[in-house]
Amino acid sequence: MKSRLVVVGNGMVAGRALEHLLATAPETYQVTVFNAEPRVNYDRIMLSPVLSGEKTYDDIIIHDDNWYADRGIKLHKGQKIVAIDKAFKTVTSAEGIIAAYDKLLIATGSSPIVIPVPGHDLPGVLTYRDLDDVEAMFTSAAKGGSAVVIGGGLLGLEAAAGLRARGMAVTVLHLMPTLMERQLDTAAGFLLQREFESRGIKVLTQADTKAILGTTHVEAVELKDGSLLPANIAVMAVGIRPNVTLAREAGLTVNRGIVVDDGMATSDPDILSIGECVEHRGICYGLVAPLYEMARVVAARLSGNRQADYAGSVTATKLKVTGIDLFSSGDFSEGDDREEILLRDAAGGIYKRLIIKNDQIIGTVLYGDTRDGTWFLDLLKRGTDISGMRDTLIFGQQYAGGSPLDPMAAVAALPDDSEICGCNGVCKGTILLAIATQNLASLGDVRSHTKASASCGSCSGLVEQILTLSLGDAYKPAAVQPICGCTDLGHDDVRRLIAVKHIKTIPAIMQELEWKTSSGCAKCRPALNFYLLAAWPGQYQDDSQSRFINERVHANIQRDGTYSVVPRMWGGMTNARELRAIADTVDKFSVPAVKVTGGQRIDLLGIRKEDLPAVWADLNAAGLVSGHAYGKALRTVKTCVGTDWCRFGTQDSTGLGIRIEKFMWGSWTPAKVKMAVSGCPRNCAEATCKDVGVICVDSGYDIHFAGAAGLDIRGTEILCHVDTEDDALEMIVALVQLYREQGRYLERIYKWAKRTGIQTIKDQIVEDAEKRRMLFDRFVHSQSFAQSDPWAERVAGNEAHEFHPMADFVFGKAAQ
Amino acid sequence: MNAQPATALRAEWIDIGQLDDIPRQGARTVKTPGGDIAIFRTMDDQIFALWDRCPHKGGPLSQGIVHGHAITCPLHNWVISLENGEAQGHDSGCVHRFRVKIEAGRVLLDGAACSANAA
Repeated sequence: MKSRLVVVGNGMVAGRALEHLLATAPETYQVTVFNAEPRVNYDRIMLSPVLSGEKTYDDIIIHDDNWYADRGIKLHKGQKIVAIDKAFKTVTSAEGIIAAYDKLLIATGSSPIVIPVPGHDLPGVLTYRDLDDVEAMFTSAAKGGSAVVIGGGLLGLEAAAGLRARGMAVTVLHLMPTLMERQLDTAAGFLLQREFESRGIKVLTQADTKAILGTTHVEAVELKDGSLLPANIAVMAVGIRPNVTLAREAGLTVNRGIVVDDGMATSDPDILSIGECVEHRGICYGLVAPLYEMARVVAARLSGNRQADYAGSVTATKLKVTGIDLFSSGDFSEGDDREEILLRDAAGGIYKRLIIKNDQIIGTVLYGDTRDGTWFLDLLKRGTDISGMRDTLIFGQQYAGGSPLDPMAAVAALPDDSEICGCNGVCKGTILLAIATQNLASLGDVRSHTKASASCGSCSGLVEQILTLSLGDAYKPAAVQPICGCTDLGHDDVRRLIAVKHIKTIPAIMQELEWKTSSGCAKCRPALNFYLLAAWPGQYQDDSQSRFINERVHANIQRDGTYSVVPRMWGGMTNARELRAIADTVDKFSVPAVKVTGGQRIDLLGIRKEDLPAVWADLNAAGLVSGHAYGKALRTVKTCVGTDWCRFGTQDSTGLGIRIEKFMWGSWTPAKVKMAVSGCPRNCAEATCKDVGVICVDSGYDIHFAGAAGLDIRGTEILCHVDTEDDALEMIVALVQLYREQGRYLERIYKWAKRTGIQTIKDQIVEDAEKRRMLFDRFVHSQSFAQSDPWAERVAGNEAHEFHPMADFVFGKAAQ
Repeated sequence: MNAQPATALRAEWIDIGQLDDIPRQGARTVKTPGGDIAIFRTMDDQIFALWDRCPHKGGPLSQGIVHGHAITCPLHNWVISLENGEAQGHDSGCVHRFRVKIEAGRVLLDGAACSANAA
């Protein structure tokens, strides 16, 4: 007589186990299957293509009714098992059907987690788990309108793409800063977000759902920051929870999932369990590959093979959205004991990262080209020593073990009609011909004669290789000093590419420009932050974690870790009220040192970081604001007393200095900018060693620039003479804006002028009135976002975490 | 400000706050009788705890720029590995590390660190 096998649950994993079992031991069991869903076995993984309309329900059926009938399996559809009696070895369904078993297989799977926010039970709040959910989405999508998907993981993104394909306006809310952060690193998460956005799906990261609003049906989703997103449906896709109620009530051992051993047996040896409902060696799995592996093991055990063991799985993730290729597996965090091999091809939208430890692959992230995912996963699982094929590993299996790719050979192998410059449609043959017939010898020559690499510049490397190919050693590429070890690009290339490619975030720069490190370094990040700030005023969100500490906390760090505070004194002028406030602050906070600076203001030294907001609050109360003494920014405009007091004064130098300072404060520049206005050629304000200086004369104003009195000593150059204060202001503002647009990070004005040429700068500022006016206007636009006192913002509570310890055990207390 | 019961000082792990209290690629400090401890959060959401003193001139490492699993000291740009506390490149020196872990979004610091008097 056959043994009786009862299967609870009829998902993919149970179906797979039955297939294996019937293949190896077709005569051993009389099988009965209970399925809570009123359907046969279908491929849940393929719900996304059904939602997007690429497949129908019939396409994804794995086992139809005939399959069960042909094999003598009794299938109860729509029958939910509600109790297990271990002693009598029976199960009971909700409708009272009782079935006896010799072996019981629990495959109850998992349920989607519903966040218990207010409104979570409104009609129109859906999950994304089974065909009922998909059908509910179809119905809503047919009416159009908008959908909010809560959760930017695998399921949420698949749901979002499907709903968008069905014509709904879709917003994805994700709690973390990057999408799929558990499976992807930040760079790949960024690519993914960009791809979704390009499909018209709005992605909001760090979005915390507060409530779902509506009276009889979902109308909107409210976030904790107060914003409201109108929604006809809200899809919860934040994760799954193993279905363990039945097992727990039967008295089986249950943690997060039903606990099973390596043979998939529960705490009762006649009850086995597989799938998303189990916990094996402390891990619950939610991806199909390990679950199928469990199905294989349980079938072998049921057919009498006691050796079959499940040893846990290394999982790999693939996103099933048409047109997006994404693969990740293993451990891809950074570490000193591991190395990474990185390949970024911005034009092709490809990102590949292999994490290597002890000559073995331990993690893989692939985006754009996932063909070798399986191969990498195989190497990872086998722990294969990759040292022999390391040089070509990232290029994939087809290059494995071959000789390292010679980039020159690759270019040489290209046919003449292959396109090198996509922007201008220039082929390899055209470039070769131009080099040969017109005696071109440099990248610049090729650019001006053929336009190859003259637009976005991303093919510059290829063009240089073609030059080397035709000229051999005669070609000497111009040495460009890279920004830092994270890139081969120099400052100017990066600035140009930011503008041409409309790059607007630091991770985007690193991706598009193929950075060699995953998150840059202390050298490039502050530079990139400034370049973005200068290129996209009002659009770019300043990244404080990419700023040097002084600019992050708006004070100067001192050698003992305390800070100095320098309030602005416009044009070096002050009054009793300000001085009294400073004196009071010194007393109140026991400021250990007070110093008059070279820039005509007062420095309070030795202030503890925790005291900074309180110090600023007191100074703010007297009208004193940040002097930006810590910034790559406008520092001081030093003045003399001019016609107000001085018997030699020719103009109101103090007034002009104050006017310039009030106009220009708050603007970020490549390096610090110090100015001065002297009221006569005796030059008491020492204007001729400043970045920008004005010498007032009887007939008007001589404007100087490019002086230095630091590491180098340099007298200024004369920019021009103007007749009025208004003209002086326009000249100075245009000059500083040109410097903001062309200067390299940390390059002072005198170095910028030396590099680009004094005359070139004069041509653009003095000779070209239209260009001057445009520069002036751009500066004014940028200032409209910049002139907000950073001290007052922090007194009001911004960036509060900067100024408090996380916890304090000195006085036995913890702080927030 | 939460009161921290005195008995907590003897616990093996001490809850010092939420992971999200620390900005990504940033740091916060914990004051202890032995000196400040810097708690770093990297881009990939790992955390590390080191004495808040650069081996070079004692600069507060918590005030530096976090990149990869390293920190650049704000005073003289030494780069210190968060994983082993060693100075990178041609510089040599080492910073004492403390055990720290994340559990359910909370940051737990080795209890001994919070009451230690010196490293």
